[in-house]
Amino acid sequence: MGILVNKDSKIVCQGITGNQGSFHTEQCIDYGTQVVAGVTPGRGGQEHLGVPVFNTMREAVAETDADVSMIYVPASFAADAILEAADNGVGLIVCITEGIPVLDMVKVKSALASYDCRLIGPNCPGIITPEECKIGIMPGFIHQKGKIGVVSRSGTLTYEAVYQTTTNGLGQSTCIGIGGDPVRGMNFIDCLELFEADTETEGVVMVGEIGGTDEEAAAEFIQSNVSKPVVAYIAGVTAPPGKRMGHAGAIIAGGKGTAEDKFRALEVAGVATVRSPAELGSMMLELMNG
Amino acid sequence: MNLHEYQSKQLFAEYGIPVPQGVQVNTPDEAVAAMESLGGDLWVVKAQVHAGGRGKAGGVKLARSADEVRKFATDMLGTQLVTHQSGPEGLPVNTVYVEAGSSINRELYLSMLVDREVSKISFIASAAGGMDIEQVAEETPEKIITVAVSSDAGLQPYQARQLAFGLGLDTRQSRQFADLIAGLYRLFQECDASLVEVNPLIVTTAGDVVALDAKINIEANALYRQARLKDLRDTSQEDPTEREAAGHDLNYVSLDGNIACMVNGAGLAMATMDLIKLHGGDPANFLDVGGGATAERVTEAFKIILSNSNVAAILVNIFGGIVRCDLIAEGIITAVKEVGVRVPVVVRLEGTNVEKGRKLLAESGLDIIAADDLTAAAKKAVSAAGS
Repeated sequence: MGILVNKDSKIVCQGITGNQGSFHTEQCIDYGTQVVAGVTPGRGGQEHLGVPVFNTMREAVAETDADVSMIYVPASFAADAILEAADNGVGLIVCITEGIPVLDMVKVKSALASYDCRLIGPNCPGIITPEECKIGIMPGFIHQKGKIGVVSRSGTLTYEAVYQTTTNGLGQSTCIGIGGDPVRGMNFIDCLELFEADTETEGVVMVGEIGGTDEEAAAEFIQSNVSKPVVAYIAGVTAPPGKRMGHAGAIIAGGKGTAEDKFRALEVAGVATVRSPAELGSMMLELMNG
Repeated sequence: MNLHEYQSKQLFAEYGIPVPQGVQVNTPDEAVAAMESLGGDLWVVKAQVHAGGRGKAGGVKLARSADEVRKFATDMLGTQLVTHQSGPEGLPVNTVYVEAGSSINRELYLSMLVDREVSKISFIASAAGGMDIEQVAEETPEKIITVAVSSDAGLQPYQARQLAFGLGLDTRQSRQFADLIAGLYRLFQECDASLVEVNPLIVTTAGDVVALDAKINIEANALYRQARLKDLRDTSQEDPTEREAAGHDLNYVSLDGNIACMVNGAGLAMATMDLIKLHGGDPANFLDVGGGATAERVTEAFKIILSNSNVAAILVNIFGGIVRCDLIAEGIITAVKEVGVRVPVVVRLEGTNVEKGRKLLAESGLDIIAADDLTAAAKKAVSAAGS
């Protein structure tokens, strides 16, 4: 079980023959992910990493029944790749690519509303259902099949949360990195809704950061819609206003989006917050045993 | 990437947005010549720096004679202008903009940005112009009018009306305003702007709507397709250390504390800073070495960290995912030797090949303080900086 992806998911990789695409697709295959096709325009008919390569998503989906796309194409081609995936009936698109112009994402997001598909990312580590399916750049070996859903805006900070729930024996149902860009696909609320409905997930670790008001919206959603225990941490208490902290979305603008505001909103909603990211796992264990 | 006011106004003019006549100059003589070519009897001398709050800081002066124009230009050029947004050292004034004076009837506020909550380009307007808009939003939110534009349908006439009526413009001004925001919307899209701000947008005594100030930010991720705008970058307005870091693909922001951090990943880097604070210390910087941290990058990162003389300890926190910890350890060892680090270095490694990495550090003979987990790492760094 878990959410969105599992051992039956069939993955097509857009940009499979590029450096990043090659390297990470190989890791995904090694993890046991069913990668059934790759797409690189002009390389159709070839084989790469033991996977057939197609010129277009149309052919790839028609030939292989791929239902999830994993995107590694360069930023200047990424909007096109996302829309090509959506237009060819893929139900889930995971876009790892970093540095996509935000106005491209504004258009993509608007266009996606007319398709029955979900987007994870861009600028994210991807999604993994441990021991079944890994789509993205996260290190597979730190994960362990289990009962905690993890959703996060950050990459390596997600790995911290995952690692802590692995070492304390809880394990993860599915982990999703939703990405650090201001305009992106799935948000906290979308993931929380799925985790709430998933029978395997017993608790959720949520990792947010400064910028925007998505954590506040999630807090409101949790209060009325999530019965499972949620542990949350927000990065950026010490970040100065007006300075972009790495991620395009991590900036306190106009006094909005501070870590304190987000902590407060989550606490009001009854979420167990931790001020130290080192306590995500132990707090969740406490809630599970309590 | 920020543009100067004079650059922004040139773009405004190209998109048909009314701005006062003006000339950018680099010397007092040029300032006087500019004033003479503009004519009239009132001019504004404006320091060109990448920071708001210029007026209160003495960076915007009204002049009524050639002598005054010369004096203000002389006073500004070659100095550092300190505003509430510039940081304590201020920003260098290398250019001033000499502009024809305007007779102002009303001051309004207008800006555009990508509203992340609705994933659309939005206009924000207020009749309370010329003021600190954040203060207006805080104290009198009802005075702020927001309109989000559908990227499929584009800017609609009703949206222009909504803004114009909200600003209390008359029929003729509303027509001018509709043209103005249509131009701004085109500019925003075609130039890959991330922010356009007109504060104030004025109604002149003659009843015309004019952009009296202009601020444009261009999105860094889109510069690859904005070759012309890329050339407008003024590196003299950027923090030299942050610029140097960016040249090595490092994301660095300097802070006021004395514990330097080197971390892979933006979220973990912020979390590391927070942990230092939580355990009683103060971070000296934000530094993300990125996912593909190499020995070379780690070395550059050490150099940049140590250019800050306040640094009393360094905390390296790496969660090796795709990156192997033994490679990172080698990088740290090389860097410490090569750069000559004289402050305590606390290293926390976790992830792929962590045992190998820790062993390398332990056997290096270098004075590196190893930490097994996040909490221990932060505590050790705080105590090392305090001693």
